[in-house]
Amino acid sequence: MKKFLSLILIFSILTMIILPGCGMKDSTQNAEQEGSNGNKGPTELTLWTFVGLHGNLYEDAVNRWNKTHPDRPIKLKVTTYPYQEMHDKLAMALQTGVGAPDIADVEIGRFPQYLEGTPQLADLTDLVESDRDKFIQSRLEIYSKEGKLYGMPTHGGAVMAFYNKEILDEAGVDPSKIVTWDDFVEAGKLVKAKTGKPMVAIGRTAFWDFSTMIGQQGSDVFNENDTVILDNDRNVRALQFLHDMIYKYQIAVIPPGGQPDTEEAYGWINEGNVASVIMPFWFMGRFVSYMPDLKGKILVAPVPVWKDGNIYPTVGLGGTGTVVPLQGKHVDLAKEFLYFAKGTPEANIEIWNVLGFDPPRWDVWEQLANDPGDNEYTQYFVNGKDIFKILLSSTEGNVFSLRSNKWVPTANSLLATQVLYEVLETNEATPEQALKKAADELRREIETGE
Amino acid sequence: MKRKSFFASLLYSPKVAPYLFVLPFVVTFLLFFLYPVVSAFIMSFQKIQPGQVEFVGLTNYKRLLNPHFYTAIWNNTRYTFWTLLILIPIPIILAVFLNSEKLIGRNFFRAALFMPILTSVVVAGIVFRLIFADPPISPANVLLATFGLPPKRWLADVNVAMFLLVLLATWRWTGVNIVYFLSGLQNIPKELYEAAEIDGAGPISKFLYITLPLLKPVIIYVLTISIYGGYAMFTETYVFWGTNSPKDAGLTIVTYLYREAFQKGDFGFGAAIGIVLAAIVLIINTIQLKYFGLFKKGEV
Repeated sequence: MKKFLSLILIFSILTMIILPGCGMKDSTQNAEQEGSNGNKGPTELTLWTFVGLHGNLYEDAVNRWNKTHPDRPIKLKVTTYPYQEMHDKLAMALQTGVGAPDIADVEIGRFPQYLEGTPQLADLTDLVESDRDKFIQSRLEIYSKEGKLYGMPTHGGAVMAFYNKEILDEAGVDPSKIVTWDDFVEAGKLVKAKTGKPMVAIGRTAFWDFSTMIGQQGSDVFNENDTVILDNDRNVRALQFLHDMIYKYQIAVIPPGGQPDTEEAYGWINEGNVASVIMPFWFMGRFVSYMPDLKGKILVAPVPVWKDGNIYPTVGLGGTGTVVPLQGKHVDLAKEFLYFAKGTPEANIEIWNVLGFDPPRWDVWEQLANDPGDNEYTQYFVNGKDIFKILLSSTEGNVFSLRSNKWVPTANSLLATQVLYEVLETNEATPEQALKKAADELRREIETGE
Repeated sequence: MKRKSFFASLLYSPKVAPYLFVLPFVVTFLLFFLYPVVSAFIMSFQKIQPGQVEFVGLTNYKRLLNPHFYTAIWNNTRYTFWTLLILIPIPIILAVFLNSEKLIGRNFFRAALFMPILTSVVVAGIVFRLIFADPPISPANVLLATFGLPPKRWLADVNVAMFLLVLLATWRWTGVNIVYFLSGLQNIPKELYEAAEIDGAGPISKFLYITLPLLKPVIIYVLTISIYGGYAMFTETYVFWGTNSPKDAGLTIVTYLYREAFQKGDFGFGAAIGIVLAAIVLIINTIQLKYFGLFKKGEV
């Protein structure tokens, strides 16, 4: 009897362990059979993302799709994974040829990795062929390889200045008078003198300010031949300026958490500890979601420019390119849906309404400048209704994006852990020394790595 | 009837049955251990990209001769050194105390020292990261404030990095080692201690000449796994700094592997790192075991 019972126990445990694995396989097979039968039922598309908020955009899009395409309904299954996990899973799936979703969001920092060798992603060039010039060109270039587009951009990522109007008023500073970086420093000195607060929070572990300042001068980490130019004069100038803001004029600090886009920094900024941040457009979502006490106090303004040598009004930073893996079962449908969700003018209006991002199609900026609608973003910012007027007038769609290639992650790592650390955090190296050291190391790595 | 007895005789036969019992382990071993190891070894000589696999000989190994990798090895060596120094003597002493019946609240202390093991390293790491966070209200900075010191950006300080890692490791792993030593202690017959007392041995002599020598097998075991654990350390540093620690202060061999293989997609290079790590640990463990094998009476 005992033997019999223990056999039953072992058998049931084994079944419990093995069955769930079998079960899942069955359900996906069923869904595929349904889809391929055409009108029998909706086609199920799986989508991976690393920002829950992005999922909202796609869900909104699939509802609109089903209304306008009743003959080809789609059932969208969105899964949000943590940043690292999602990118690693996708990399594995593309490498092994198994397990990739139909559509996936890929962050710009990790994008080059997926373009290596033969990209296992669908060519999206035909999607944007008809109105290519309506998109911010640099946003298409960063997700392309050899002229073929592999990722649909999500936003322009245009860097703006976000001023805490309360602090500026206390110091008697008029933000509309801040046009150049020199004006910015003068304002900063006033703010420091009258309120004791720093003018700006500078990122060290993520360097939005540094990237903006080099991009405005038309400089970069790599030039168009993918040669390392990290230690050129314009970059040294930008880093020296950041260094001086912290140590010479003493109007800047590194925020808690190392850069403004961290939980520690949100709390610190929310408490009114700094007069401004220089961050990409999408940082507005962080204000709305994480810094409620600053509602009605934050002013959106164009980012200051260099008095001489300034080529671009601002830079587009961050970014998510959405890809369609080739191994999916419904590549054509996925491509069409992707364009519907992110490429059309209507879709771009939704990118603003749902996500609060500056759409990658700048032909809708004019429409939004005249009528930005009434959403939580227009309500939060002091000049919420004028945001697109400012964006349009200050840039006219001319937003520069730093080059994206497979060595960028290495360069970023060196910048965050060495260059910016030694120059901004511990002040133990001059910008020239630090940039040269990092540039030489990059050159060495590229030489041995190829 | 005949079939049943044939099958039964097959299953129960002395020749076949042992292999059947070992089969699950062997299959698991081959599938999940031997195959990946051989595969990784082959991969380390290749350049692997989606859709393209190219044989590149020793290129990956040559690329390992760079400052980042040396820093990683040095970090692991220092980390292993500290964890050995702290996580072997202290748990032994604590285990001896916990073993004595005279200790008041013995069960409470046993539970308290053991509980950290039950936490996930990731969760523990996140909590430690919050304890040592930048804002002045973080527990570590509050502690500094009581001594009149200004708040410190802990995770940005290169010199504090090793301290934080060893602190987390100590909190987390002391309990495990105590359990090992406790079980070792309980295998020492009481008569030996009584005999020693009759001969006039004090507590320290008893410890040095009875406890330690008889604990030697356990100590060697803990030493071996600690050396492996020290060189393979990843999670603790990952929860503090991810893969980007200031000036590579928290860079370990496995962190370097993770960064190169998964974040940059260079799987061939990652495989090479893994093979080198295995070689390092193998060599050190072999030396260490040989060393202890030669000595009859061993002191740590």
